[in-house]
Amino acid sequence: MLEEIRKQFPALSAHVYGKPLVYLDNAATAMRPQSVVDTWSQSVLTGNANIHRAVHYLAGVATEAYEGARDGVQAFINASSREEIVFTSGATAAVNLVAFSFGEAFIGEGDEVIVSTAEHHSNIVPWQLLCERKKAVLKVLDIRENGTLAVEQLEKLLSQRTKIVAISHISNVLGLVNPVREIAQICHAHGVPVLVDGAQGIVHEPVDVQALDCDFYVFSGHKLYAATGTGVLYGKRKWLDAMPPYMGGGEMIKSVSFAQTTFAPLPEKFEAGTQNFNGAPTLVPAIRFAQEARANAAVQAEQAAITEYVYTKLTEDERVTLYGTSLKQKIPLFSFAVKGAHHEDLALIMDKMGVALRSGQMCAEPLMDRLGVTGLLRASFGPYNTLQEAEYFIKCLDKAINMLL
Amino acid sequence: MSLEEKKQQIVEDFSVYDEWLDKYEYLIELGKGLEAFPEEKKTEERLIKGCQSRVWLDSEERDGRLYFTADSDAIITKGIISLLISVYSGSTKEEIVADDFGFVAEIGLKDNLSPTRANGLVSMIERIKEIAGQGRQ
Repeated sequence: MLEEIRKQFPALSAHVYGKPLVYLDNAATAMRPQSVVDTWSQSVLTGNANIHRAVHYLAGVATEAYEGARDGVQAFINASSREEIVFTSGATAAVNLVAFSFGEAFIGEGDEVIVSTAEHHSNIVPWQLLCERKKAVLKVLDIRENGTLAVEQLEKLLSQRTKIVAISHISNVLGLVNPVREIAQICHAHGVPVLVDGAQGIVHEPVDVQALDCDFYVFSGHKLYAATGTGVLYGKRKWLDAMPPYMGGGEMIKSVSFAQTTFAPLPEKFEAGTQNFNGAPTLVPAIRFAQEARANAAVQAEQAAITEYVYTKLTEDERVTLYGTSLKQKIPLFSFAVKGAHHEDLALIMDKMGVALRSGQMCAEPLMDRLGVTGLLRASFGPYNTLQEAEYFIKCLDKAINMLL
Repeated sequence: MSLEEKKQQIVEDFSVYDEWLDKYEYLIELGKGLEAFPEEKKTEERLIKGCQSRVWLDSEERDGRLYFTADSDAIITKGIISLLISVYSGSTKEEIVADDFGFVAEIGLKDNLSPTRANGLVSMIERIKEIAGQGRQ
């Protein structure tokens, strides 16, 4: 039952302004289950030591927890080896790592990188920086009117000069699952690797990187119930091996001298400096929760009911324009505009009703421009949200709109 | 009405509402009642930086007193700027510069806004002070 699930998340029982919290900003960050909090504090209290180097007992405990998390992630996304799992501080750091290191190895003047118009800034700006540095060209794959990716235009965009395609698994604004396997097939037919931004995808979709056949898959831990400051870069070994290090120092070296420094093997080559050894182990209980939620029929039924209910309510309401309207690809994430009412006003009013929403450009200004809006209001649901909360959200939205119009 | 009286009036108006939703309702009414702001005046120079929604502020000096006009694309923000300019319009530069804007804290406005909105409020106050500070010794 959902009550059992909700009980695992202490933060959900909070009251704001005297009203029960209805947390619908899960796409920004998820709440953490008690198991994650426990692992986190246990690591700090009884396993706090810097990993890998020291020979003392605590260092062993910490290293095991950290490397155990790597095994957990490898199994979760079915990577073919643990060396293909690089820990980062989050999805943004992972994209930056690839944009820099892949760029150093494979991108030169006049080469091309393709992203979509629906990307989060974190999957745009690192590529812009790369293109600036290398005098390369950033090309943009458009969306269709319903918000789905215009995959049919991809063939035309790909050229002899295309070196990489970076696309989100699920847009953080549109809430639609992109056909990343199909995209990878098209790109691979042209010999072009694909990076998938899985910040939202990892939360809502089962991910098998070998089945998707993507070259890179990145995600953040904190959207997947794990500690903040955790993140994952999956990369096919052939690419990671061929890429130079991103940052230097700390654990990424094999030996250092002023004449020559050699680098550690994968994955340490990309893990410079002291790692988030307290945070990374929380990926294990976080993944366990994600898997349990996926296997839980009651949760899945509730999620489907929420998606259908909110989708129907928002599309029926003539005052509301919902963006991302392909129901069969839809996750329970809804970004919309209300005619005559500013998204920020709505968010502010609904906050006082206990409903936590996101308003604004949601780190996707190019998409806002493409949609012709200055910002949107977003409700994003997690596996612990109930249909009852969805109904309350719709009721509050109606009240808020009436206050403003 | 003097500046002090106007501030007192606002504090009293606000105190009738217990619930913040009602206070918003009041701000929304203020926002809706704000005099129309000409489109051509919505320039980059009149835009107040630091607000999530867009806020424009213009001023005019007549007989040694400042008169403000403003607009915003968000109605609650518009209500807030409306409240500020209704208090400070008609005051002298000296009065505004010397004022501590303490009534804003008294009505609990800043504490009850989201941090981004609260920053916006601070930016609005700073802009009013900045305008009043211009051309003084």
